Amino acid sequence: MSVETAMQRDAAVTIFEKGAPGRRAFEPPALDVPDRPLDELIPARLRRREAARLPEISEPELVRHYVRLSRRNFDLDSGFYPLGSCTMKHNPRLHERVAALPGHARLHPLTDPARAQGALTLMWELERALAEIAGLPHVSLQPSAGSHGELAGVLLTRAYHAERGEPRRTVLTPDTAHGTNPATVTMAGYEVVKVGTDERGGVDIDDLRAKADADVACLMLTNPNTLGLFDVNIEEIARIVHGVGAIVYYDGANLNAVMGISRPGDMGFDVVHFNLHKSFTQPHGGGGPGAGPIAVSEQLEPYLPRPVIVRHGGAEGNGSAVEFDLDYDRPRSIGRLRGFHGNFGCLVRSYAYIRSLGAAGLRDVSETAVLNANYLLARLRALGVCELLPPAYERLCMHEFVLSGAPMKQQLGIRTLDLAKRLLDFGYHPPTVYFPLLVDEALLIEPTETETRETLDAFAEALAEILREAREDPEIARAAPYSTPVRRLDEAAAAKHPVLRQAL
Amino acid sequence: MSRYTAVTETDRRVMLDAVGVAGIEELFADIPPALRLGRPLDLPDGLGEAEVYEQLRGLAARNSSAEDMLCFLGAGMYDSYVPAVVDMLLGRSEFLTPYTPYQPEISQGGLQVMFEYQTAICELTGMDVSNASVYEGPSAVAAAGYLAKLTNGRPRFVISRAVHPHARETLRTLSVGYGTTVEEVGLLDGVTDAGAWAAAIDDTVSAVFVAQPNFLGAIEDLEPLIAAARSHGALVVCSADPLSLGIVEAPGVLGVDVCVGEGQTLGNRLDFGGPSFGFFAVREEHLRRMPGRIAGETRDVDGRRGFVLTLQTREQHIRRERATSNICTAQALNALAGVVYLAWLGRAGLLELAELLVRRTAYAREALVAIDGVEALHEQPVVREFAISLGLRDTSSVRRVIARCAAENVQPGYALGLDYPEYRDGLLVAITEQRSRADIDRLADVLGRALAAERAAAASGGAPV
Repeated sequence: MSVETAMQRDAAVTIFEKGAPGRRAFEPPALDVPDRPLDELIPARLRRREAARLPEISEPELVRHYVRLSRRNFDLDSGFYPLGSCTMKHNPRLHERVAALPGHARLHPLTDPARAQGALTLMWELERALAEIAGLPHVSLQPSAGSHGELAGVLLTRAYHAERGEPRRTVLTPDTAHGTNPATVTMAGYEVVKVGTDERGGVDIDDLRAKADADVACLMLTNPNTLGLFDVNIEEIARIVHGVGAIVYYDGANLNAVMGISRPGDMGFDVVHFNLHKSFTQPHGGGGPGAGPIAVSEQLEPYLPRPVIVRHGGAEGNGSAVEFDLDYDRPRSIGRLRGFHGNFGCLVRSYAYIRSLGAAGLRDVSETAVLNANYLLARLRALGVCELLPPAYERLCMHEFVLSGAPMKQQLGIRTLDLAKRLLDFGYHPPTVYFPLLVDEALLIEPTETETRETLDAFAEALAEILREAREDPEIARAAPYSTPVRRLDEAAAAKHPVLRQAL
Repeated sequence: MSRYTAVTETDRRVMLDAVGVAGIEELFADIPPALRLGRPLDLPDGLGEAEVYEQLRGLAARNSSAEDMLCFLGAGMYDSYVPAVVDMLLGRSEFLTPYTPYQPEISQGGLQVMFEYQTAICELTGMDVSNASVYEGPSAVAAAGYLAKLTNGRPRFVISRAVHPHARETLRTLSVGYGTTVEEVGLLDGVTDAGAWAAAIDDTVSAVFVAQPNFLGAIEDLEPLIAAARSHGALVVCSADPLSLGIVEAPGVLGVDVCVGEGQTLGNRLDFGGPSFGFFAVREEHLRRMPGRIAGETRDVDGRRGFVLTLQTREQHIRRERATSNICTAQALNALAGVVYLAWLGRAGLLELAELLVRRTAYAREALVAIDGVEALHEQPVVREFAISLGLRDTSSVRRVIARCAAENVQPGYALGLDYPEYRDGLLVAITEQRSRADIDRLADVLGRALAAERAAAASGGAPV
């Protein structure tokens, strides 16, 4: 066993089990004001009786602990991460550097706008760029993540209908939708009505027609959808939904396929959310932070979350010395969705990305993402992988594609989960598994544009190798992985008897 | 090819051949011609790395940060010191670049961090269980409202007017969707008016919301507020400042149902308001209605200790329209900063830091109240933030005074009148461990002169500066 593996295989010991009484990393600044008795300042009855039992640990121990933990993680910088629907593209380090500039990192959100013109300029320009990419005129950068953007969008829809005196009740979502869509609908006080999928993987138009009525507030749609397919009927879909006076919402999780090629606004969508941590390469941090700006049409603009960034000066200026300002006086706004102005640090990174690539670069991103996905699918076909893992739909795909592991399960006796776990031993992060729900034993593969042909070839070979191996001995995959810091974990036991903190 | 893609002309030919199409455009054949953009996006041309850096550096230089000014702004986010170990650990690829840990065998680092974070939050708040983070403070308050809605479905929320204005507004924004009304209870001498509070609560109240310390910096006497709510079966939600919990009694010990808060002060940068993290902790009985990710301990097939995302049947990707929240991506990296920071502070350090803040804040409060015309806005005990009245006639005057101070590179605090018309000349001042006695003396000097100048200008009827 190599040194590295030995370290990774250390028994898990939490930081609360390390250290010793009296050890410390922090030294407080010297007391430079009168040492008044606490009782004079805060009555004893309001004070804490028992100290929080935080770790007692030196800085060297602290660093080692978390560095060792980090080595028990797989990450995008170490290897291929084709996690479908998550767009795990390279995160340029330039973005970390510019986000860390003190003028960004130590800028207080309540700084007088006159002294935050750099930040407001950046936000304004990012809004303009996102509006252009979406093909919709107005943007709010406030939502913290995609699902937060969805909630903003559906609440805008609610405000729009409410002002027209139409208390509508339902929101349509395709059965292929991300789980966040129906969850958002419920939180916004609407009922979900599911729309079926046709034999080509698009929205079932007849089903949509049957369900689109005056009670529908909105349709939430991802395009390309979660099957990695562009819905060829999108114009008709928008016509049907608009025909009953409802709003068409674009889940931007898959925008990476169409940047500079086709715009949601031109497709007929009224609201779009962006996942900056997907298409615009904000690093995902093991589960956030992200950012989920929304772009909206003219008719929805009055309802945008407040404050909004406004520009004074120029020909139509009002004489203010401040070029960019924050406008809180928005009487028809749905209101705030969170504190302050959104995840600004994420906005800086995505701004840097758009400035780096420009129009031609963004188009290249989408073209390459789609080429890489189709090439990988072609390699899998050529290697015979698709005989056991056929594509759910026999079409060209966009930036991702879905395979069904049903024949593999039937013929080799291994499930998609087993295949995924065996991939870990080959040094890959597996694709998304068991989503979308309507494909049996689904495997959703999104290579992204930042991978080389060699990487795609090697990944295809690895899948072929796992199937070859399983033909001889399916038990190898069924019991995988073998080389990881831990092997398969008992998730049922974790849920049945939850242990959610270190006992002290 | 751009600098983050790698398809050469040769690659492209080979790849298109393998796919069986003649050109890239064939891959987009499903997009109806009318929906193709047919022109380049109207964006500036791409730039090289050094040029992008220079442009961003130029923008950053147009901001006056806490690096340039003596910052006494707080109101929810604080210029607390971020230790170097936090930067170093957050910059590691293994923490920075993975997705949510859907494959636990190769995500033990991140999952254990969540487990440790949950432990630290439980210790700090005195609650039974914590999730692995939500977006930030104000939306955490709103998320607690949704938990209450799922718990008892009653039609009213009652919230103290001393809860952060952004949190009150966010709660309103989100509760419109599911139809719960939000009513505010006013303040008496800087804290929630206990009489009005008790009078507002009856059996139709789903949850009550209070902040500790409150937005004016005052420590609330939570016990009677909690008792009034519990006698009617309403859930009690407390939004707490995590650093203040080093010295103020833990809300969990006093019996609140949900304790949430803004985590920025724990090792996260200001970043003009985000990203930071929100913490969300509950009593055991509310566990299955919690939003977001939760890490749990288990064993692998060889009996090794390990961690997984657990109780996922609450979550959107499993439960869909019956999920307890729509949250997916949260703030894992910021929560990592939080737990590293708390471990760095340590058991004794948290208390020492809180005591230092209490004493410096007391010193600052006295120094500012000693300025001619300035009075304490309330006399309640405080930890790290306090409110004063500047003796001016309106909030515009306060903003001019703030601008006068800024001209001397001091940000004296936040104009309370922007959110509280009843405190039109109020100023909210925050102290962090980075503000020394000398800094506080300078604040008193600069603020005193700015006030004198403002009064002189007002008396002479001169144009405001």
